[in-house]
Amino acid sequence: MADSTTHPITASPDAKHIEPHEAGTDVGRRDFLLIATGAFAAVGLAAAVWPFIDQMNPDASALALASIDVDISSIEPGQSITVMWRGKPVFIRNRTEAEMNEARDVPVSELRDPLARNANLDPNAPATDANRAAAEREQWLVMVGVCTHLGCVPLGQQGNFGGWFCPCHGSHYDTAGRIRQGPAPQNLDIPVLAFEGDTTLRIG
Amino acid sequence: MQHEDHFPRYAPKSAVGRWFDDRLPATRMLYDSFVAYPIPRNLNYFYTFGGILMFMLATMIVTGVVLAMHYVADADGAFASVEKIMRDVNYGWLLHYVHANGASMFFLAVYIHIFRGLYYGSYKEPREILWILGVIIFLLMMATAFMGYVLPWGQMSLWGAVVITNLFSAIPLVGEAITTWLWGGFAVGDPTLNRFFSLHYLLPFMIAGVVVLHVWALHVVGQTNPTGLEVKSKQDVVPFTPHATIKDAFSLVIFLLVFAWFVFYSPNYLGHADNYQEANPMVTPAHIVPEWYLLPFYAILRAIPSKLGGVIAMFGAIAVLFLVPWLDTSKVRSANFRPLYRQFFWIFVAVCIGLGWLGAQPPEGGYVIAARILTIYYFLHFLVLLPLLGLFETPKPRPASIADAVLETTRGGSAQPAGSAAGPEGRG
Repeated sequence: MADSTTHPITASPDAKHIEPHEAGTDVGRRDFLLIATGAFAAVGLAAAVWPFIDQMNPDASALALASIDVDISSIEPGQSITVMWRGKPVFIRNRTEAEMNEARDVPVSELRDPLARNANLDPNAPATDANRAAAEREQWLVMVGVCTHLGCVPLGQQGNFGGWFCPCHGSHYDTAGRIRQGPAPQNLDIPVLAFEGDTTLRIG
Repeated sequence: MQHEDHFPRYAPKSAVGRWFDDRLPATRMLYDSFVAYPIPRNLNYFYTFGGILMFMLATMIVTGVVLAMHYVADADGAFASVEKIMRDVNYGWLLHYVHANGASMFFLAVYIHIFRGLYYGSYKEPREILWILGVIIFLLMMATAFMGYVLPWGQMSLWGAVVITNLFSAIPLVGEAITTWLWGGFAVGDPTLNRFFSLHYLLPFMIAGVVVLHVWALHVVGQTNPTGLEVKSKQDVVPFTPHATIKDAFSLVIFLLVFAWFVFYSPNYLGHADNYQEANPMVTPAHIVPEWYLLPFYAILRAIPSKLGGVIAMFGAIAVLFLVPWLDTSKVRSANFRPLYRQFFWIFVAVCIGLGWLGAQPPEGGYVIAARILTIYYFLHFLVLLPLLGLFETPKPRPASIADAVLETTRGGSAQPAGSAAGPEGRG
């Protein structure tokens, strides 16, 4: 605005010069128009930017890979398999009695992450061995095989606690997949599970 | 100031030249920036790396553009397309090795350039903006190099991408959503590779844009020099051409000898064998390491026994560079006249190299303890030593001018200021 002392629209040719402070209502109206226009432009800009941001989120085909069925009939105690679910490895382990005992003997107060991180349970469920294992089938431990530190795949039956060891940055998990030592902040995640009979496990 | 008219400016010789100059003075700008531009007469070879870096950026863009003509940005085809470039495409092996080793040489040059700035106090008033633009270029270079390393889709490509993108999951509350957004899925996969390719092609041009600002800022405030003194008279300067042009060109030739040695005799020395295995999301390699130029920061990340803390320390190690112009309280620019800072500078160089070595070691036992000690020292250098040294150090007497310093050296009267041929490293 080159000249802010007169109002170009309301000033008639013979109107006398009006100082801004005298034209109180006029200034208020101009402020309102400025703020309203600015707000409208900001909302428009945000609406225009959003598609460019949201296009990077998982697309329909990625979201469609929701669940898989796994045949677990041939996994003996002490054996595990790794399957792929949503592009990530999932560990399915049939645990031995010794592994379960070892995990049960650890008081929850001693754990680095006291929460079960089990998608089938309440988010605040404590990380007891029973809460980590599949419901009513405690020998089955099914976890997303992605280290909660920076996403590497931990190696099974290794490390200081006989569970999993992440070779990238040295995180040790116990026989219930709970973080015990190293930089990882959380226990390994447990996905949504359902047993269909005794031989088929549905993940997701 | 340096850009006074010490040397004759552009004067078009032909009628066509004058006609063009009146309409678009592009030739004038280039002439005044790279021919008549006055530079301190005592610049040593450590000041030639800016030119080398410009050459490297051009090399990376040219080889990259032609590699993109043969590369397939698809999780099923990327690895095979790089092998096709190596075996089937005419001169593909050369273009690929120049591009891959070029990244290492680019970083070698930028680290020499940065340490040169730290040694001679190039970041001090009035060159703060110049320095900050340089740190931004460094950040963009790291992002570009990281995404470029993912493209061949080998085991190190995939798992490097997994580890680095997971850094963002350390952010409280929104971390998970951010990593999913970065990946375009629930793990690093095809969508991730595609967007990294797009951004890897884009970022070098953004670097080129910031380089223009960097050179612009340099030509406003003028170059520093080994004495750290400002240019005071015409006796202190020589014209850019032929002096800097020839010196930069000679330095570039030596640099290219080293570059060519890697490309032709040891093209995989700086790489990692695991990256010749195709990416497998079910198996992590036994030992994930980034390329050598990112190892010091990787060592800092692993030294902190907390996820968020490690990420903050790693980004902090770069962010602290932005503050260097204000953390260094000494009014004396050049370490040649700062007896204490000079010693701490070399300790700092050793610490950075040590962190780099530790970054390549497995994350266990004594290596972790050593990395912690060096990480603490890294931050101590910037946050404690730089501010305190300026207060307690007694600088050595400085010559009256750049010309005086040069004459002193040639007369052999005092061994004090660095001459035009020998840098401090050359003597020590």
